[in-house]
Amino acid sequence: MAKTSSGTRRRWPERVFVAVCLFALALPLGTLVYLLVDVAIDSIPRMTADFLGGYPSRRATRAGILPGLVGSAYLILMTGALALPIGIGAAVYLEEYAPKNRWTWLLEINIANLAGVPSVIYGLLGLGVFVRALSLDRSLFAGACTLALLVMPIVITSSREALRTVPAHYREACYALGSTKWQTVRQVVLPTAMPGIMTGSILSLARAIGETAPLVVVGAVTYVTFLPEVFGESFTALPIQIFDWVRRPQEAFLHNAAAGIVVLLGVMLALNSLAIWLRDRMERATR
Amino acid sequence: MATVRASSPRPIAPLAIAASGRLRRPRAAKLGERLVELGLAACGLVSLLTTVGIIVVLAGETLAFFRDVGLTDFLFDTQWTPLFADKHFGIWPLLAGTVLTAGIAMAVAIPLGLAAAIYLSEYAPASQRRVLKPALEVLAGVPTIVYGYFALIVLTPILQKVVPDLAGFNALSPGIMMGIMIVPLVSSLSEDALRAVPNSLREAAYGLGASKLSSIFRVVLPSAMSGISSAAILAISRAVGETMIVTIAAGQQPRLTADPRVPVETMTAYIVQVSMGDVPTGTPEYRTIFAVAASLFVLTAVMNLASDALRRRFKSERSDG
Repeated sequence: MAKTSSGTRRRWPERVFVAVCLFALALPLGTLVYLLVDVAIDSIPRMTADFLGGYPSRRATRAGILPGLVGSAYLILMTGALALPIGIGAAVYLEEYAPKNRWTWLLEINIANLAGVPSVIYGLLGLGVFVRALSLDRSLFAGACTLALLVMPIVITSSREALRTVPAHYREACYALGSTKWQTVRQVVLPTAMPGIMTGSILSLARAIGETAPLVVVGAVTYVTFLPEVFGESFTALPIQIFDWVRRPQEAFLHNAAAGIVVLLGVMLALNSLAIWLRDRMERATR
Repeated sequence: MATVRASSPRPIAPLAIAASGRLRRPRAAKLGERLVELGLAACGLVSLLTTVGIIVVLAGETLAFFRDVGLTDFLFDTQWTPLFADKHFGIWPLLAGTVLTAGIAMAVAIPLGLAAAIYLSEYAPASQRRVLKPALEVLAGVPTIVYGYFALIVLTPILQKVVPDLAGFNALSPGIMMGIMIVPLVSSLSEDALRAVPNSLREAAYGLGASKLSSIFRVVLPSAMSGISSAAILAISRAVGETMIVTIAAGQQPRLTADPRVPVETMTAYIVQVSMGDVPTGTPEYRTIFAVAASLFVLTAVMNLASDALRRRFKSERSDG
């Protein structure tokens, strides 16, 4: 009979239960593996250089993904440039400066709530505020602002966690030597927490790159025959292109969609690896 | 996936700090400090402004919408046909689509997630947990459009062989896909709740002669119930707000039905559909997306707050026990 690690014998109802639990773990993971393998196989016909470097076309075999790639690249850079300073600043404020009163509690609840708001609603926010009210049109910049707002609660939360791991005696030692608060934060706390902050930030950007719904609502278009500009009139992105191809009935476009998905997942994998590598590198540097 | 963790202890150079801090006159230094603090507080303010922005944008257009279309129509009409000649503006078909797909997702995510959580918390050795937990996190990190592709292209044909009369667009396929995507959320939060149950309770159960299975179901699980309920509600909120999977695989036919085999449309898919179309702005038809979004926002906000309240109650139960 199966024995547990403490040596007792496990009766059959428990063995069935553990088997059920293992199945519960295997089913989603197995589905994921099946999905990834299936997409990879479907993408093979279209994974060519002219797919990566080409423009969309009515003919599936000629359609390429370059505007989408460039659009997504611009989006990530701009989203990062907008969301990271503000998000990290907010995290520093909440962890180092904010008094423990009702306003701070309100701010924290607000951030937690924002993390749970569906992404389409951020899209509508972007549409109302950036595209219309600020007259940014349906530009890459408007899209980046929208994604920055979407991603900010995650940046704030992960940065706060990183700041919390800095031991209290670091700060206390600085104060004891006569540093001001900002000197402490800038020269000791932030650098110490930076690996964690960077990891969290890159991970949140990796998530932003896969977001489709807010971009659709803000007005990303799917048939772009030029490379997008930052303040231009229209833009596209990788997930938007994939979305367009998935919706088409012709089977040839499905290969394009699969290839696009492989590219998207590849980019995300690269970003995640970058995050891990960066964190390890920074940790080694401070050792 | 990568997690945030502390860097190893960094040797402080206190003299460097004291020396490199610019030696300004006290008043100038204080002003500088104050400015920095205000700047950082302004960063925090951005998040408040975001919420204010959402409320203003949604409320503004929704109120304008309700000036044209009565609130009673919206709440009590059973048809949703704003884009057709014979216009009806009842929210129920969209709500039904959302509830149906989310319900199917929960039927998948909660049992699987809870079972996974119990295994990870009560049975798995540390070596297995080190591998399984990140593996589950990968599930949560895959973009939803990839799941949408999979639901439409792979899952639906497979299900069509098993389920009679399953339409190409249906609620079952995206529902199952969403459920699988949400399993990590349920399992990770439930596992936290289970691990927070003090070992003394388990040992007390063993001491009274209970088997491990018994102790799990009669002691640990009930003890963690607020935390697990919090996880479940958050999962529902996540499923309700999900957009791409249902947009791609569930269809665009608002239908008041409980049949998972026919095309439906969810609130989120409707917003995407109209955003992509060419409905002129400023018309009641266009404003429908804001009215629907406002309903969605209220729905998810209520669930998120309920989940948060349950989690806080769970934490306070722990600190008393």
